[in-house]
Amino acid sequence: MKHLLTPRALLLASAIALAPAAFAETPADTLVVANDINDIISLDPAQTFEFSGNDVNRNTYDRLVDFDPLDMAAGFKPALAESWQVAEDGMSITFTMREGVTFHSGNPVRAEDAAWSLQRAVILNKTPAFILTQFGFTPENAGEKITFDGNTLTLSLDKPYAQSFVLNCLTAMVASVVDKELVMANAEGEDMGNTWLNTNEAGSGAFTLTSWRANEAVQLAAYEGYWQGAAAMKRVIIRNVAESSAQRLLLEQGDIDAARNLTPTDADALREVEGVKVEDQPQGRILYLGLSQKDELLSNPAVIQAIKHLVDYDGITGSFLKGMFKTRQSFLPEGYLGALDENPWTYDIAKAKQLLTDAGIEGGTINTSVRDLREYVDVAQTLQASFAEAGLTLNIEQMTGAQSLDAYRARQVPIYIGEWGPDYSDPNTNAATFAYNPDNSDEAMATGLLAWRNSYAVPEAMNEATVAATLEQDGDKRAQMYLDIQKQYQAEAPLIPLFQRIANTGLQENVQNWNIGGAVTSVMYHQVTKGE
Amino acid sequence: MAATDTDPGGRGQTPPPSASDRSAARRRRLRNIAGTLLSLALTLLGLLLVTFIIGRVMPIDPVLKVVGDRASQAQYDAAYQAMGLDRPLAVQFLGYIRDILSGDLGRSISTGQLVVNDIKRVFPATLELATLGTFIGVSIGVPLGVIAAAKRGGLVDQVARVVALVGYSMPIFWLGLMGLLVFYGILGWVGGPGRQGIIYDGMVPTVTGLILVDSLIAGDWGAFRDAFSHIILPASLLGYFSLAYISRMTRSFMLEQLSAEYVTTARVKGLSERAVIWRHAFRNISIPLVTVIALSFGSLLEGSVLTEIIFSWPGLGQYITKSLLAGDMNAVLGGTIVVGTCFIALNLLSDLLYRVLDPRSK
Repeated sequence: MKHLLTPRALLLASAIALAPAAFAETPADTLVVANDINDIISLDPAQTFEFSGNDVNRNTYDRLVDFDPLDMAAGFKPALAESWQVAEDGMSITFTMREGVTFHSGNPVRAEDAAWSLQRAVILNKTPAFILTQFGFTPENAGEKITFDGNTLTLSLDKPYAQSFVLNCLTAMVASVVDKELVMANAEGEDMGNTWLNTNEAGSGAFTLTSWRANEAVQLAAYEGYWQGAAAMKRVIIRNVAESSAQRLLLEQGDIDAARNLTPTDADALREVEGVKVEDQPQGRILYLGLSQKDELLSNPAVIQAIKHLVDYDGITGSFLKGMFKTRQSFLPEGYLGALDENPWTYDIAKAKQLLTDAGIEGGTINTSVRDLREYVDVAQTLQASFAEAGLTLNIEQMTGAQSLDAYRARQVPIYIGEWGPDYSDPNTNAATFAYNPDNSDEAMATGLLAWRNSYAVPEAMNEATVAATLEQDGDKRAQMYLDIQKQYQAEAPLIPLFQRIANTGLQENVQNWNIGGAVTSVMYHQVTKGE
Repeated sequence: MAATDTDPGGRGQTPPPSASDRSAARRRRLRNIAGTLLSLALTLLGLLLVTFIIGRVMPIDPVLKVVGDRASQAQYDAAYQAMGLDRPLAVQFLGYIRDILSGDLGRSISTGQLVVNDIKRVFPATLELATLGTFIGVSIGVPLGVIAAAKRGGLVDQVARVVALVGYSMPIFWLGLMGLLVFYGILGWVGGPGRQGIIYDGMVPTVTGLILVDSLIAGDWGAFRDAFSHIILPASLLGYFSLAYISRMTRSFMLEQLSAEYVTTARVKGLSERAVIWRHAFRNISIPLVTVIALSFGSLLEGSVLTEIIFSWPGLGQYITKSLLAGDMNAVLGGTIVVGTCFIALNLLSDLLYRVLDPRSK
């Protein structure tokens, strides 16, 4: 043994081991994605509410209605439901299920499964359940309000909601149809299979879940029996790579097909690399300032107006947020029904000063906190500088994300800098949180509403308009209602939308039909192909 | 005629131990073992208590991680109760201890999985990396330190000093990225971030969780080469930082020994310099060196967070850090138990090695 471990033998062994491994490009039928997937905590569609978890469920489950990844502008289309009929009084919708669709288990997809899936989400009442319960479903009445009969499923609503509102909500991941028999076979006690579904799947989507290793990787395999035809990519591997520079290197080396968390610097560098392309797609997330109306200074309308002119929109999107965000001064992201594409405010310190002077404000100090994310801190620091020019002192304390959110939900952040991402593809998703707050008292504890978190007593007319827009059946009229709400919001609200996030995805040149779901949904892999 | 059994030189006739001596020795050994086990349990308990308290007093709300930003107050309250956070701290801690005694480390709120399963997955990744890193650190650092001391002021000494200085002062984050850029990006000598290439991902059956070992067990040489090409860069990086420390300590220990009288005597007796250094001086530094190596290994087991992040290495350091930031105390406490046990095991191992290396301790 002693003779075997001579320096020469060791050197030779090292040389063999260290010889460059054969780094083949990714296989033609495999899509390899680098993404930060640390946020996945559950894969149960009734519970999942994180970006990466929704990305997985988007591909492993189907819903009654869904988007066509190749025609997003068309909005929702029939999916597991072949057609639907709205009752004359608008109080119910009856769906007719598509025949011949099977779950990954081989079980047929029935109206019973669809009804049970929706009931289950309501009864479990996890975070995303509100997307369904806003139609009047409760754990107690779910069995009566969500019913099936043969091949049809009926939803009985508590109000005659706009058809588009209901159907948009049914494209959300919480409305995914799960395989009742398979899930119940794995249920523990009264959990309706929640524990099991947290780490397994029971869907009928284009892909099956092969494995999920938390903080490491998710592997999907194409479902050959998919009702829309099997996906071109037989495997999709999503590897957890948090660092942008590491994603860039992997893409340049051909070890991955898509890099999803690139910084603008890395994205720009990749644009110059041969064989690689960068696709920019707007996402739904809006970066905004929330001015707490508990703060005496910030509740002054003149200060609210002045602050809108103290943000250097072009300077910020042209420098440290370049490529990551674009200016967006309305609370609905581009791509939503009734989204207002007007950006009325400009960076104008003189105007801000004038507004303050006219209101008799000589100066003031605001102590606030900001989450320790680089882009938020950078925004806060530019605000600090422009506030100073206008005679206002802004003191900033940095906090972790969890600390900052805790304080915000407790209505303790004077100026909150953060992002809000839509929960579903209907304009109500943002209207109902930015422009709706029926009870502004501390006791109301409406922590889910941004208006409440900022102690913004939304005018009664705006509250009513927000509710009325959910009931308007005429699409054009409904769009106009949201335009009006946003205009009024821009004029007076203390929550100031600033920017809309843009996703920079680095792709191999041969990757076609990449779609991250735009502003309205999650990433879709079914249509992705890889050319030569 | 006082040759007694207390003769420290041992030159006198020692009478054979009687039956009562043997039983006393056995009792002593049992007492020692019991004492060691008790101190082990108390150390772990103390560690858990401190970590538990820190976890509960830090201003991070674990409930929000579970229910999310959009949750209503009712959902928040339900989760708060379901997680048992409404109980007094002491009750929570005792409940936790009762659970871990029955082998239940709870469920992680960051991954949604049982902490035991998470640790089974992340610990081997770290163990593999830290072991190879320490191997590299020791196999280069020790000879470098010895030679630097033997040729004090010489070229090797100067090189060792620069190597150590760079190792101490260079941010690991930067060095890791540069390493990736040069050896993976430009030269293509090593694999990129992650433990395995795509082709081999999930192909080797998990036996130990150590991919190098598992691929050898499976007889899959291709998977072994692939895993080696992925681990060699982060392990070298950790090994470099480890060798910076080990080489400086080795040098300092050696200098102390080389100035001792027995070394002068050995030289006067005409022993070769090689024999003086390796057979005499080095043997005497092996005891403190064991402690240094054990400490270095221990720190790599829990402290290589940045390396794990840069190289997308799903290890224990990253697991604990992320869990801590999410207020995921089950995961943090589970990781703490593993790290604590490792440190205690390394200390015990050092003690055992003392006995092997130092006849006096017998």
